[in-house]
Amino acid sequence: MALLEVDNLQTHFRTPGGINRAVDGVSFHVNEGETLAIVGESGCGKSVTSMSLMRLIPEPPGRIAGSIRFAGKDLLKLSDREMRAIRGNDISMIFQEPMTSLNPVLTVGRQIRETLMIHQGLDKQAAEAHAIEMLTLVGIPEPGRRVREYPHQLSGGMRQRVMIAIALACNPKLLIADEPTTALDVTIQAQILKLMLDLKRRVGAAIILITHDLGVVAEIAERVMVMYAGRKVEEAPVAELFRSPRHPYTQGLLGAVPRLGSSLTGTARRLAEIPGQVPDLRKPIVGCVFAGRCALATDLCRQYAPGLEEKGPRHIAACHYSAKGAVAA
Amino acid sequence: MSLPLLQVNDLKKHFPVKAGLFSRKSEFVYAVDGVSFEIARGETLSLVGESGCGKSTVGRAILRLFDITAGQVILDGQRIDDAAPSTMRQMRRRVQVVFQDPFSSLNPRMRVRDILAEPIRNFGLAKSAEDLEVRLTALMDTVRLPREALNRRPHEFSGGQRQRIGIARALAAEPELIVCDEAVSALDVSVKAQIVNLLQDLQSEFGLALLFISHDLAIVEHMTHRVAVMYLGKIVEVAPRREIFAAPRHPYTKALLSAVPLPEPGAQRNPIILKGDVPSPINPPKGCRFHTRCPLVFDRCRVEEPVLRAAGAEQWVACHLEEGAPAASPEG
Ligand SMILES: Nc1ncnc2c1ncn2[C@@H]1O[C@H](COP(=O)(O)OP(=O)(O)OP(=O)(O)O)[C@@H](O)[C@H]1O
Ligand SMILES: Nc1ncnc2c1ncn2[C@@H]1O[C@H](COP(=O)(O)OP(=O)(O)O)[C@@H](O)[C@H]1O
Ligand code: SF4
Ligand code: SF4
Ligand SMILES: [Mg+2]
Ligand SMILES: [Mg+2]
Repeated sequence: MALLEVDNLQTHFRTPGGINRAVDGVSFHVNEGETLAIVGESGCGKSVTSMSLMRLIPEPPGRIAGSIRFAGKDLLKLSDREMRAIRGNDISMIFQEPMTSLNPVLTVGRQIRETLMIHQGLDKQAAEAHAIEMLTLVGIPEPGRRVREYPHQLSGGMRQRVMIAIALACNPKLLIADEPTTALDVTIQAQILKLMLDLKRRVGAAIILITHDLGVVAEIAERVMVMYAGRKVEEAPVAELFRSPRHPYTQGLLGAVPRLGSSLTGTARRLAEIPGQVPDLRKPIVGCVFAGRCALATDLCRQYAPGLEEKGPRHIAACHYSAKGAVAA
Repeated sequence: MSLPLLQVNDLKKHFPVKAGLFSRKSEFVYAVDGVSFEIARGETLSLVGESGCGKSTVGRAILRLFDITAGQVILDGQRIDDAAPSTMRQMRRRVQVVFQDPFSSLNPRMRVRDILAEPIRNFGLAKSAEDLEVRLTALMDTVRLPREALNRRPHEFSGGQRQRIGIARALAAEPELIVCDEAVSALDVSVKAQIVNLLQDLQSEFGLALLFISHDLAIVEHMTHRVAVMYLGKIVEVAPRREIFAAPRHPYTKALLSAVPLPEPGAQRNPIILKGDVPSPINPPKGCRFHTRCPLVFDRCRVEEPVLRAAGAEQWVACHLEEGAPAASPEG
């Protein structure tokens, strides 16, 4: 059985300009110990999806519908108190900007300690020792000194690692990481990715990784879900997705990034552009969500929304012409 | 060899900082601490290196957004680091900038027309009102924005469109060199591709030289002719694209390149994981600045600072392991 099973998730926001359908009927699952990457253009609903899983969407203006089953329980049916017990314990989250989730007036040691005291019932001494151990584990030099420092005294990379330490302190069953390394240098990023993999091996945690860096996806994900305009448009095992993307949006995305080494192998070429812009999520979308930017769009696409269809083993995509699309890639 | 468009000689920029709340002693951030390079006409030189290593400070020194601490910045044979305001005016026209954040670098109250007309007027480039109008519409065509967008304000555009406006504003001054400081970093993958393509087209169309500052090494490889790798205020390696990406020599360059994840599932990669954080530019380590993290460090590195040495026809490396090669400066 899957650890997490999301069915027809709909997270909508009431805005002055109309209802913003930020996430509009997304279903997916994550198995125990598995890493699922979510990719897609900015604003396509990746963060809203993960915040919905944590039930951190402000309601109102937001509203979550559908079902989110975690280890058999529907998270949307839990009381706030029951949800708090799951958050930071069974499910933890790493946010893109560490300063928004670290408390600026508490030392980092105290913040890790409190997580441990609340969720694991450790006493102060044990929590302190474990906090230092966690900082060592995330590769922070001089952890004994750093526990007594405040977030602003640390560099960006260190703060990110403190957040990762807090997120992992309770050995969560599911770790949600929203662009965990986007703000970091590649050398620090390499350290953090290694850490996430180590911790996964050590405690068998499942990971949902949100990123726009396809290199990071290729490196640590097992499966990839591609979102576009609040919908899931493709999903496949990572090697399969990179080898034969079936949705024209995924193909565009893969063609738009240069590869390191391109100047050496003579594969340097003009980058592929995806013309146009994402549709306005406050207006009803008739037909395929990608039709406005798709080179293959026909009247059929503009009238009827394609459903998710099986295109290969564990590979699904929502496109009327994905066979044709695959040839164009 | 013909005169390079830009020469930077032993550039230093030290920012004073207060040592402590009650301390009278002041310390310095050695943001840029002796950097030399050249850029030819029509060439792209990229500056890469970790956050805080001094890339933007080099860019801002060339734009003369502040006075430098020491060294020389020479544009087309003429020093601009100490040029008088009257000469500086024309010099400013020739070097323009595109910043990372298209949102904060455009005045939200101005229409695109006025944003673009400002440099044209300032530098007296338009001969008449008709000429100004011709220039404005040509700029919009060049950056592939609709002409009617001239009458709109920045907030009405997407991030990518705003970056096009930022590029149009730089082009309005008819520059010979554009400093692109993380100009594509904040953009989404597909928009980034559009702006990268645009910059390459403009370079070949107008023979522009670019100082391309970026932490995205794959984009750098795609765009650049040469690369200068910075670490803690110094250049540790400078070489043509091919040498940097095929045969990097400095241990830091190697670590940097090895850390880039490749978009190829299953690719065998052995990233060199650097231990420890970037040291502080207030108290840079003695000897080689990289010695606190270098996997190949040996005794001499802790006491003696390595200088840039020729490691190939156009490749320069600052590392004691390059011993034997003649020491010189890259202008030599
Ligand atoms: N006005 C200033 N006063 C004091 N220190 C400064 C100032 N401007 C920059 N610095 C410091 O100088 C060093 C180099 O900064 P710079 O902005 O050039 O880095 P960078 O290489 O562009 O980094 P990034 O990739 O993060 O943009 C940093 O330590 C920075 O904190
Ligand atoms: N609190 C909110 N109120 C209204 N709209 C929101 C809110 N949070 C997110 N949105 C909208 O939801 C959409 C998806 O956002 P998000 O999930 O953050 O995108 P991303 O895929 O870049 O993470 C966007 O249109 C965004 O403006
Ligand atoms: S359904 Fe049509 S418009 Fe949509 S992605 Fe496929 S080909 Fe393009
Ligand atoms: S001089 Fe020494 S410490 Fe510096 S890069 Fe070379 S080997 Fe490493
Ligand atoms: Mg987001
Ligand atoms: Mg900078």
